[in-house]
Amino acid sequence: MQAAEMNAIRAAEGLLALSQQEELVDLPNYPMSASEDEGDSDGERKHQKLLESIGSLNGKNRWKLAERSEASLKVSEFNVSSEGSGEKLVLSDLLEPVKTSSSLAAVKKQLSRVKSKKAVELPLDKEEVERIHREIAFNKTSQTLSKWDPIVLKNRQAEQLVFPLEKEQSDSVPIEHVFSSWKPRTPLEQEVFNLLHKNKQPVTDPLLTPMEKASLKAMSLEEAKMRRAELQRARALQSYYEARARREKKIKSKKYHKIVKKGKAKKALKEFEQLWKVNPVAAIKELEKIEKARMMERMSLKHQNSGKWAKSKAIMAKYDLEARQAMQEQLAKNKELTQKLQVVSESEEEEKGAEEEELLVPDVVNEVQMFADGSNPWMLRNCNSDAKGEIQKPEQPPEPVVQEFSESEEDERPGAEEEILLQEFEERRSLRKRSELNQNAEPVGSQETKDSGTQEVLSELKALTQKLKQKKHQSSKQKVSSGGTILQVQREECALEEEEPLLLQRPERAQTLEDLEDIAHEKYSQNKELPRPVLKGDRTERNPNNQTDAPKGKKKKEQMIDLQNLLTTKSPSVKSLAVPTAIEELEDEEEKHQKQIIKEAFAGDDVIKDFLKEKKEAVEASKPKDVDLTLPGWGEWGGIGLKPSAKKRRRFLIKAPKGPPRKDKNLPNVIINEKRNIHAAAHQVRVLPYPFTHHKQFERTIQTPIGSTWNTQRAFQKLTTPRVVTKPGHIIKPIKAEDVGYSSSSRSDLSVTQSNPK
Amino acid sequence: MKVKMLSRNPDNYVRETKLDLQRVPRNYDPTLHPFEVPREYVRALNATKLERVFAKPFLASLDGHRDGVNCLAKHPKSLATVLSGACDGEVRIWNLTKRKCIRTIQAHEGFVRGICTRFCGTSFFTVGDDKTVKQWKMDGPGYGEEEEPLHTILGKTVYTGIDHHWKDPAFATCGQQVDIWDEQRTSPICSMTWGFDSINSVKFNPIETFLLGSCASDRNIVLYDMRQATPLKKVILDMRTNTICWNPMEAFIFTAANEDYNLYTFDMRALDTPVMVHMDHVSAVLDVDYCPTGKEFVSASFDKSIRIFPVDKSRSREVYHTRRMQHVICVCWTADSRYIMCGSDEMNIRLWKAHASEKLGVLASRERAAQDYNRKLKEKFQHYPQIRRIACHRHLPKSIYSQIQEQRVMREARRRKELNRRKHSKPGSVPVVSERKKHVLAVVK
Repeated sequence: MQAAEMNAIRAAEGLLALSQQEELVDLPNYPMSASEDEGDSDGERKHQKLLESIGSLNGKNRWKLAERSEASLKVSEFNVSSEGSGEKLVLSDLLEPVKTSSSLAAVKKQLSRVKSKKAVELPLDKEEVERIHREIAFNKTSQTLSKWDPIVLKNRQAEQLVFPLEKEQSDSVPIEHVFSSWKPRTPLEQEVFNLLHKNKQPVTDPLLTPMEKASLKAMSLEEAKMRRAELQRARALQSYYEARARREKKIKSKKYHKIVKKGKAKKALKEFEQLWKVNPVAAIKELEKIEKARMMERMSLKHQNSGKWAKSKAIMAKYDLEARQAMQEQLAKNKELTQKLQVVSESEEEEKGAEEEELLVPDVVNEVQMFADGSNPWMLRNCNSDAKGEIQKPEQPPEPVVQEFSESEEDERPGAEEEILLQEFEERRSLRKRSELNQNAEPVGSQETKDSGTQEVLSELKALTQKLKQKKHQSSKQKVSSGGTILQVQREECALEEEEPLLLQRPERAQTLEDLEDIAHEKYSQNKELPRPVLKGDRTERNPNNQTDAPKGKKKKEQMIDLQNLLTTKSPSVKSLAVPTAIEELEDEEEKHQKQIIKEAFAGDDVIKDFLKEKKEAVEASKPKDVDLTLPGWGEWGGIGLKPSAKKRRRFLIKAPKGPPRKDKNLPNVIINEKRNIHAAAHQVRVLPYPFTHHKQFERTIQTPIGSTWNTQRAFQKLTTPRVVTKPGHIIKPIKAEDVGYSSSSRSDLSVTQSNPK
Repeated sequence: MKVKMLSRNPDNYVRETKLDLQRVPRNYDPTLHPFEVPREYVRALNATKLERVFAKPFLASLDGHRDGVNCLAKHPKSLATVLSGACDGEVRIWNLTKRKCIRTIQAHEGFVRGICTRFCGTSFFTVGDDKTVKQWKMDGPGYGEEEEPLHTILGKTVYTGIDHHWKDPAFATCGQQVDIWDEQRTSPICSMTWGFDSINSVKFNPIETFLLGSCASDRNIVLYDMRQATPLKKVILDMRTNTICWNPMEAFIFTAANEDYNLYTFDMRALDTPVMVHMDHVSAVLDVDYCPTGKEFVSASFDKSIRIFPVDKSRSREVYHTRRMQHVICVCWTADSRYIMCGSDEMNIRLWKAHASEKLGVLASRERAAQDYNRKLKEKFQHYPQIRRIACHRHLPKSIYSQIQEQRVMREARRRKELNRRKHSKPGSVPVVSERKKHVLAVVK
């Protein structure tokens, strides 16, 4: 029995192996393979026969091999045929030729192996074979079915499934086909058609004309990128300049504008100089332009103090200094504009210069005479400068410059002045900003810091005003060199830098002890730092400020120390809890001390008493109440001040039954609330529902509303999408392999069945 | 001076057409809309109540048969057409929109055991007690023509069931063995047997179309491979399976309707444990059919009711019954997944809605949105006791109700006994067997 089983198993293994080999094929065709052998070539058949005969040599064969007969009875020397003669082939006969040649060693070996082999095993009984077949078929089928696993899983987990699954094919023809089939008939149509086709308007999807495509091709990607970057830069610059211009436009200071104007003029002059050197023709053109402007000015009465405004000003000029100045400015401008520009050659320069002097002097004289005001500082300065110019002229190297701007020193000085002024403006602006910031920070920052901040700002302002005054002095005296002022400005700046951290700290609120300590440290360091500018000693205004700062810092420090003292007084008691000390007396003392402290701290409230009271109340509240049904006035006298009699009250008082004993009756330190809200409980979930693993998870899902009252329309739609969507009136067909992207077998099941019948 | 004006984009407040609703700007600030959970809870409660109020699933009864309806088949191409075979050998074709019988054929002598339509919908096959398989044209005979089958195959044994292949011109019959026929031939191209008992029904797998399942009266379910012409595996349950139905969306899942009041959903590849045991019926389950979406199935029972089960739940979500409906023999779910048909002993075919409170007809978009919202609310608050109480409440005829009670008592007694046995015997000698494994006797390879 066992042997038979073994055989069966071996055969099954063989079949399994066979099936595995054939896995790639759609179906196993082992039933077919046996029948196909018949069609093989002669040689193979003979070989087969040989093997069979060899096999039959073994005497233990239990069944007779079916002999195959051939049509011909001929026996040729090339064919081995056992039929007819009845004689048996002997292995030794076969081996005879083998002995001679050593090249047939392999064959010999095989033959010897064949000789040693035992008989072929018994075939399995039908049931066994069928079982094996079934098993193989089942394995195969489950393999083919397992390809559906991912799809099934996906569909089970899908948020939404829309049925029917297969997409409906649209019957609409693409528009280009419609176009191509259409042909123009009327002349108008033809005309339009021609126009359209001249441009080669595209009909299909990439909506680009051939021209556009060509242009696209012409520009490479890198070029395009570079261009884009350039454009971007240009745009950014433009916007920056625009913003700057707007900002500058808003500045109301006349002085500033004057300075700017002067700067511009100077710049123009420089440019002109350069242009003259580089490109004289262009320069001449420029000159011509100026000349033209001069002519226009001469023609017009614009700056001649003959307008309405000028006349009114002339009336006022007697009393108003400003009006006078304004008129004078007008005239000066006129003079400027009407002054003849002369391009001078180097040789002629001196003469021309002299001529100009002649020209210049009378004008000034005229003006002075006109207003007859010698004390006018403007005029004075003008005169001075002119005089200077006269003095310096001979020393100057000859230059091809417009004569108007020939006073180089004069120009330089205002240039420096202008820079300084600009910086001053900057400073002021930053100061203003800071003061604003301070105001913002006020509610957050502590009182002291705020005070000091405002003081600082004030001192800053003072310093600035002083400096301005100084500057005025300097400008009038023209003693201080521009370098000096710059130095001063730098110093100013460094002072500002030092102050900044103090300002930055303000918005932070100190809440914990550590914070306070940190602040104190910072304060200290600042105090250390602050004396530095004082040592340098160029601004006396700072000193009082610093002095005010310093004592405050000290105060702070003292406060901190106090706090620390407090802490140190407390700390030993804390330590005593952690580290048991040997000296008990000390401990006792400490304990006493601590108890005292606690007593002092909680002097007002008695917790235990409160708790007992609370519990008493709870017990009272939970007790069932008696019902008093007495009606005053029934069966006796009634009225104000009369109470129903005790007898009556006793009669109509319904005593409440004693409730069950409280659960916390024997637990003195506990209050158990036995009241459960039944009405609420009816609406509450008692056990955690299945898919949830934690009650918080469940609560969260319940707490997120899904209605449109709380969600936007889109979110609402998303939250309420149904799991399965079906179209009414549409047949839902079973899922197909093609629907999900698998290729189904091309052969029909029927044809396969017919090809291997049973 | 630049004047800054307040301006509004007309797109925000002008409606496109007169028929549009006025736009109402909404502020979603949660402080303005407090009590989200209680409000939604109330909404959910109302929705649940309304669902029960509108739950009127019964649509129509198609009467005309003169004997109990034994089998039903749906038309593969037309939703409105349904075929039914009766116990007197009569086949009727019904139009559901008109709710009328459009054709009557006296197909067999004795029972019409099985009926199936061809995949193209041009013809249908019937098998009867008279040992014949007949193919009929779907359209009626022309004027003056006689009502005759296209083909008639006379077999040697009684055929008890028939099913058509989903793609190829082949069909399978069952009786003594499972035969697979080519439509053009009068003899089966292959017949498969495993065991000797008669086979009740045979069903083709709609997805992997070469697979078949059959159930025999010797309590087993056998799977076949048509291409290799071999049975694959056999599972023996503790009672007879009346019929099986394959899931149309999941190739390896099928559900078996069993005599032991339960339905078993199997994964074809692991037959030793059913994926789910569906238990709610109180008598033998006679027929089962899947919803075309593959998410639910309907079962017909001898207890005069039909039940709808979700595939992944062991309990039914719905039970339909009427006073006049007797033992339900056959059931089918229409191809648009909206309706259920059932044929019963008392000669009627009944049409039900698949979702009892669903509104039929075209829905406005707002209506649909409200419906979706309500559905979601019900789902969200389904675990709340008040809501569950209302949602799960069903009226049952007294017979079924009392049966349920009785069976509960029986089950409890059995459980208690097992517990006691386990308690009083050597530990491990009475093992705990899960409900799923309990009903599978053996799997034969």
